Amino acid sequence: MSAIKFKGVDFIEFDSLLTDDERLVRDTTRKFIEDNLVPIIEECNRAGRFPRELVKPMAELGFFGASLKGYGCAGMGNVEYGLMTQELERGDSGVRSFVSVQSSLVMYPIYTFGTEEQKQTWLPAMQQGEKLGCFGLTEPDFGSNPGGMRTRARKSGKEYVLNGEKMWITSGTIADVAVIWAKVEEEDNKVRGFLVETDRPGFKADDVHGKWSLRASVTSGLSMQDVRIPEANLLPGTGGLKSPLMCLNQARFGISWGALGAAMSCYDTALQYSLLRKQFRDQPIASHQLIQEKLVWMISEITKGQLLALQVGRLKDQGKVQHQHISMAKRNNVWMALECARMARDILGGNGIADDYPIMRHMMNLESVKTYEGTHDVHALIIGQSITGIDAF
Amino acid sequence: MKILVCMKQVPQKDAPLKLNESGTWIREDVSYEVNEPDAYALEEALRQKEKHGGEVVVITSGPARAQQVLREALAKGADRAIHLEDDAFVGLDALNTARAFAAAIKDEQFDLIFTGLQSDDYGFAQTGVILAELLGWPHATIIMQIEKNDTGIRVKRELEAGFFQFVNMPLPAVLTIQSGINKLRYATLIGIKQAKNKPMRKVALADVQSALTPNLQKIERLYVPQKTKKTETLDGPPAEIAKKLVDKLRNELRIL
Repeated sequence: MSAIKFKGVDFIEFDSLLTDDERLVRDTTRKFIEDNLVPIIEECNRAGRFPRELVKPMAELGFFGASLKGYGCAGMGNVEYGLMTQELERGDSGVRSFVSVQSSLVMYPIYTFGTEEQKQTWLPAMQQGEKLGCFGLTEPDFGSNPGGMRTRARKSGKEYVLNGEKMWITSGTIADVAVIWAKVEEEDNKVRGFLVETDRPGFKADDVHGKWSLRASVTSGLSMQDVRIPEANLLPGTGGLKSPLMCLNQARFGISWGALGAAMSCYDTALQYSLLRKQFRDQPIASHQLIQEKLVWMISEITKGQLLALQVGRLKDQGKVQHQHISMAKRNNVWMALECARMARDILGGNGIADDYPIMRHMMNLESVKTYEGTHDVHALIIGQSITGIDAF
Repeated sequence: MKILVCMKQVPQKDAPLKLNESGTWIREDVSYEVNEPDAYALEEALRQKEKHGGEVVVITSGPARAQQVLREALAKGADRAIHLEDDAFVGLDALNTARAFAAAIKDEQFDLIFTGLQSDDYGFAQTGVILAELLGWPHATIIMQIEKNDTGIRVKRELEAGFFQFVNMPLPAVLTIQSGINKLRYATLIGIKQAKNKPMRKVALADVQSALTPNLQKIERLYVPQKTKKTETLDGPPAEIAKKLVDKLRNELRIL
């Protein structure tokens, strides 16, 4: 761990673009993560343990569903929400993933597509961290192409019967409720969302073992065999693949900020290290041109990434954001963060591979982040489609 | 209990300090934070309110930037804030700061006023004590614990060498609070949102000007300590060098 306290990365007075409230949200989250997650994260990562003891304190601070209004949620603006995820991910991508799933992929669809009764049942309890959720879209054979999903819902009297497999599901085995996306046979195989309580007969969740990434969060596979749910568990506002993609847009926006946090952690670690580590003529390696070039690359890209995320956040607050904007922020910032992690690892030399420093953990985490919620390449195709008008999927 | 907490925005403890051109204080463009003992004073006030009910009001003086400490206090649960807003408040000595505060709260009725033990920048530890004198109230310093009783309060003071003193005091009173006496809470995200709607009274310099007098205390010069390093070589046979070395360590440096 770095001996010097993290004080943020701000090369061009980025802070002056933020409101007092936005800075306060960021600084509060930073302090919480510094006090509560940083001291235990390497142990969690080694053990492959999700720090469940932080769920309640995070709920008390209002991290879950933070950008929703009502139901006990804080009703934060998008930039505030982004700065919160930035600080969470400076701690760890896995913990940020947990918060993103709870907020953007479970609470958001209930809030957006659900009935008032569904909202009352789930949102206050999820905001309090008393109930946890997961999001089942991806399947073993359908990742970038969710439209090919095989999970089916069949109407049977006043119930739906669900069958199918979901894969790479964050929080799957700790969730009380799963938002399951399935094709409804009676509706010409239209994709719709269902709330499935995880204690229903036929529902099974198993953890993915042997992960080299996101080790401090839970990743699971879900299996549903004739799981019967009341028809009131259908999220009535869902219709077509657009619905889950709306959820992913929320989560991707948070990721674009989160990646900045991971990049900042790597940059800050590398900078501190390079000032202390001496090599050749007893000089700090920060005095070497090749080291400076790497540090400069990192801070330049972080600074550009901050401006990109901020503008997308401002557009989102104004209701003007397009999905391709979010794709660009997610794609660029995650790629940039992964490059920063690799450069930081170079700067730390052998020390960079040990978990005395957070770099290798961030690097391995970011490999997942680069892939989930739309891969790097799929986001290229989304942006490509938007500028050429030609669909290359 | 109605409690006023005096709070100060100070340069961040571990931020690199930049001196102003006249070398009398720190430049404006450094990072700021809440004075640490004041954060504990606020926490103690919020806990007292949770136990006994009442109101927690926070006050600060300084330029627009100083409002950040009030916003954070409101987000943590203070009920309202008073901001004496002017660049000139930065240069006031402890007497004038206390006079300005006393003038700003003359129409209020507080049971208790808390300040931090001292500020992390000037370190005077005077403002609270002088404020008590101006108001004609009793005060106690370096407070570690506060308990309400039938006649007023019983407080625990920290003395030197691990000793403590318990004092019974009537209300109203001024207490200067020691750091570390409680566990600071975080501002919650919903608290930050709600803080926007809490009242913040602005007090201009002109409103309190008549209470102020020229500063009695002034900083002549502020400077970074200059490093002095002198190397002395001891010559002669080893026994003589050893003797000289022991003499220096014992009589000059006094470390033997």
